[in-house]
Amino acid sequence: MPEIKELVKSLADKYGRTRESLIPILQGVVQDQRYISDEAMTEIARELDIAAAQVYGTATFYSFLDTTPRGKYVIRVCRTITCSMKGKNQIVQEIEDLLKIKVGETTQNRKFSLLETNCLGWCHKGPAMLINDEVYTELTPEKVREIISEYIKK
Amino acid sequence: MSNTKLKRVDLIFEQDCNTKEVLQSAWAKSKDEIINELLESGLKGRGGAGFPTALKWKFTSEQPETERYIICNADEGEPGTFKDREILFQVPCKVFGGMAVCAKVIGATEGFIYLRGEYRFLLPQLEKKLDDFHKILEELKVPFRIRIIMGSGAYICGEESALFESMEGQRGEPRNKPPYPTIAGFRSKPTVINNVETLVYAFMISKHGARKFKELGTADSRGSKVFSISGDTPIPGIYELELGMTVEQFVEEFGDGDTKAVQVGGASGFCVPRKKFKDTIIGFEGVPTGGSMMIFNSSRSMYNVLKNYIEFFEEESCGQCTPCRVGCQQLLKGIEAVKKGEKHAAYLDQLLKLTESMKITAKCGLGQSVANSFSSIVENFREEMIY
Repeated sequence: MPEIKELVKSLADKYGRTRESLIPILQGVVQDQRYISDEAMTEIARELDIAAAQVYGTATFYSFLDTTPRGKYVIRVCRTITCSMKGKNQIVQEIEDLLKIKVGETTQNRKFSLLETNCLGWCHKGPAMLINDEVYTELTPEKVREIISEYIKK
Repeated sequence: MSNTKLKRVDLIFEQDCNTKEVLQSAWAKSKDEIINELLESGLKGRGGAGFPTALKWKFTSEQPETERYIICNADEGEPGTFKDREILFQVPCKVFGGMAVCAKVIGATEGFIYLRGEYRFLLPQLEKKLDDFHKILEELKVPFRIRIIMGSGAYICGEESALFESMEGQRGEPRNKPPYPTIAGFRSKPTVINNVETLVYAFMISKHGARKFKELGTADSRGSKVFSISGDTPIPGIYELELGMTVEQFVEEFGDGDTKAVQVGGASGFCVPRKKFKDTIIGFEGVPTGGSMMIFNSSRSMYNVLKNYIEFFEEESCGQCTPCRVGCQQLLKGIEAVKKGEKHAAYLDQLLKLTESMKITAKCGLGQSVANSFSSIVENFREEMIY
């Protein structure tokens, strides 16, 4: 895949080709592709001159470095205690109904993935979720419907 | 909120950076003068562990290796903690300033902020503020620069040696200690790693002197602290309070009148039940905290609370050492089995023993501290675990 090759090369030009460049490059691939494919990992290994197993080992450690295909918009709903107490389940249910997917799944058009994640650091304004890097807090089912329909239009 | 009995403090969020003046006066002092002022203040690390900040700086500055680093730990991941995000949002200049003062003391030319991936939305603004800060350093001809490194969603990377591993492009697996970071940290060089809030206090102590800080708090817990308050409270949010209050005083002000328990210090901290509110001091002489205060009222099931914590640890355990990896799995299975009646209630005692083993044998603070919440919840709310 020449596209991946070019992406990895441009990221390596930007972040360097040392071991310390690895995570910034992986993050760059996720920003662009929403996940890190086997091809991308092999290409990064070649570019940084390290074993592919090293790239795989680092990539699979971090929950934000997805190694399975994800949608264009990755929704991460906080499941930690305060958000859970403030109605996280209703929020997840609402999104599942809207997008017709379960937690862990991606819509067929590859537009949305729905995940649960650990504490996002918005406990005083729970329930909270991230859509890619954007934060949404004090969610209600109504609010979630509005937010998601905005993204559906995008 | 006006008839409060707890003393509010405004050292952290006051918009009074005056970075240039503070740094100028810091550079006019000797390294020892700055360390002594910090030592005099009694400032202890605000991330939770509470190591005296002055000693960290001092030990690092005394290493024979001259390539040294200052790292700001902004991998705020402890459930119930969200103060560092607000500090970085409102007063990043004070964080940068604290790092620069440390750089002066330890002779570092490079500093890093390790920012958790969940806070990536802060990045554009932070980088802009950092550019402004670098301009001030240029004017002052100070050879020090800061870079922001992004995390990628791993709680364990808040553990200092895991954080170094992550910065070096590795899996975020904690190292064996010793050596401690002051001797061999990032790139195996002497490193000071401080919490966001600690750096702001260090900056403020450099600005105002030790006295203003020292006047606050108790002998063991000097100064004030930023608390992240959430759960069953009518006024959740971020508050800077003087240290030394009891849980009872805290609950009187922040509870909803029906408080059953307060989790102090997050999932890795301690659960304080109502009957102990009066005698428990929030601070290093009682229950230490990185600032996470989660309030539960009597409608909450403490079984659900504990299960949520253990699920958190089970997932965030790096998997490197067996006591933590398998221990967390077994604790989760165990409490579920007792709840379902598949195991006898006495099985809880075996699980308590397991947490004791984890405390001794786990490689890092994550596995060692699971015992804190587990035992304080199981021992105080045993019937809720069973029925």
